[in-house]
Amino acid sequence: MKVLEIKNIKKSFNDQTLHVLKDISLSVDEGEVVAIIGPSGSGKSTLLRCATLLTEMDSGDLIYAGNYAAKNDENGQSVYAGKEELKKIRSLFGLVFQNFNLFPHYSVMKNLTDAQICVLGRSKEEAESRARSLLEKMGLADKGSAYPCELSGGQQQRVAIARALAMDPQILFFDEPTSALDPELTGEILKVIRQLADENMTMVIVTHEMAFARDVADRVIFMDGGVIVEQGDPKEVISNPKEERTRQFLARFAAK
Amino acid sequence: MTFQTMITQLGQGFGTTLSIFFLTLLGSLPLGLLVTFGRRSKFAPLRGFIKFYISIMRGTPLMLQLIVVFYGPNLIFGLSVPSNWRFIAAIVAFVINYAAYFAEIYRGGIESIPVGQYEAAEVLGYSKSQTFLKIILPQMVKRVLPSVTNEVITLVKDTSLVYVIGVVEMFTRAKQIAVAPDSPGIVTLFVAGVFYYVFNFIVAWVMERIEKRLNYYQ
Repeated sequence: MKVLEIKNIKKSFNDQTLHVLKDISLSVDEGEVVAIIGPSGSGKSTLLRCATLLTEMDSGDLIYAGNYAAKNDENGQSVYAGKEELKKIRSLFGLVFQNFNLFPHYSVMKNLTDAQICVLGRSKEEAESRARSLLEKMGLADKGSAYPCELSGGQQQRVAIARALAMDPQILFFDEPTSALDPELTGEILKVIRQLADENMTMVIVTHEMAFARDVADRVIFMDGGVIVEQGDPKEVISNPKEERTRQFLARFAAK
Repeated sequence: MTFQTMITQLGQGFGTTLSIFFLTLLGSLPLGLLVTFGRRSKFAPLRGFIKFYISIMRGTPLMLQLIVVFYGPNLIFGLSVPSNWRFIAAIVAFVINYAAYFAEIYRGGIESIPVGQYEAAEVLGYSKSQTFLKIILPQMVKRVLPSVTNEVITLVKDTSLVYVIGVVEMFTRAKQIAVAPDSPGIVTLFVAGVFYYVFNFIVAWVMERIEKRLNYYQ
């Protein structure tokens, strides 16, 4: 089953003068791990922001597990579903940010339980037991009462991943999850994502970690200039790209 | 007049000073939040009106505002005012003036919260009101506290302006005592100064305690 279907997304900024996404389509199967790579300004993050309803697209369809979040009208403009429907759809996905965006005034435990309680309506006990098992999984079992500012960047990002997982999403998006971390901490996070991939979590990961994309993803998408230039098997795309633009981009990572 | 009597009389005036102080805070701290909402509204006429209101409150003397609130209803609209109108007018003028200042302080606090906090809350499914009340407001309070302390301390001293509409608080009382025959004279004013200083010392101490309590996170 398709967890996510994106059809012909178009998005421009500055009064239609800056075309960031030019007709992009993408679908993600259950259990699939998709890595999106590409240079800065290629539209990767905008694509993720459109998919997670943080940015409104101009045109295109957005469908989660068969539910339309947005659909083109007869003029080819995206029309978004109603408030209730969108709320339901938001519960189907999670997003991990580059800068973690934890709530600094909440303890780690409260970061993980608050949305479970006030959005999903779970009981405090249920939410806390879910949070404890996730913290254990992230190797942070003893950090429940800590505040985000007391944690390292890698620990904060693991809390952010746990916070997203606590909502039991069907698909998890990562927006350059390691770009704010040093190489050592990057390893921590990649290990966690790898573990999730082994558990068949459906994920879409925007990343600059080529080796990681090659090893973990089921499919790699290379984006540039608002279009998908090339996609396919990670080993093929990364080790043996067909398009000249992909080759140029990857040449900088060749040493790795 | 003995020193003892002078202190007692100043103390009575100080009761009025305290009433103005606390009633003003009680009204203006929450009203400021509403004004902030108006100032940030997407509805342009409301936003424009609030901007105008704030510019008047900040751009004219509080003393003049007291006079307008006190005399305006009767002189301009011909309304009859209740017997305790002096005191009510003083509170009304202070509340609407301080609400404007607090609103701008709150606005600065709200706008300094990183957009990522809103986005994280949105993706997690928080509603707009949940996002504001649970995520934004607590962080805003921490950020605005030092500026709010400043305003609160200014308010303690501003209370003496109500003499202009005939409300007798401590400083007015002190001036009356100072010129009365056989009073301790100018010393009375210094004693009034000590009252203000001690009170502000307590205000600053309380605010510092609150700041410290919020220091459990960065």
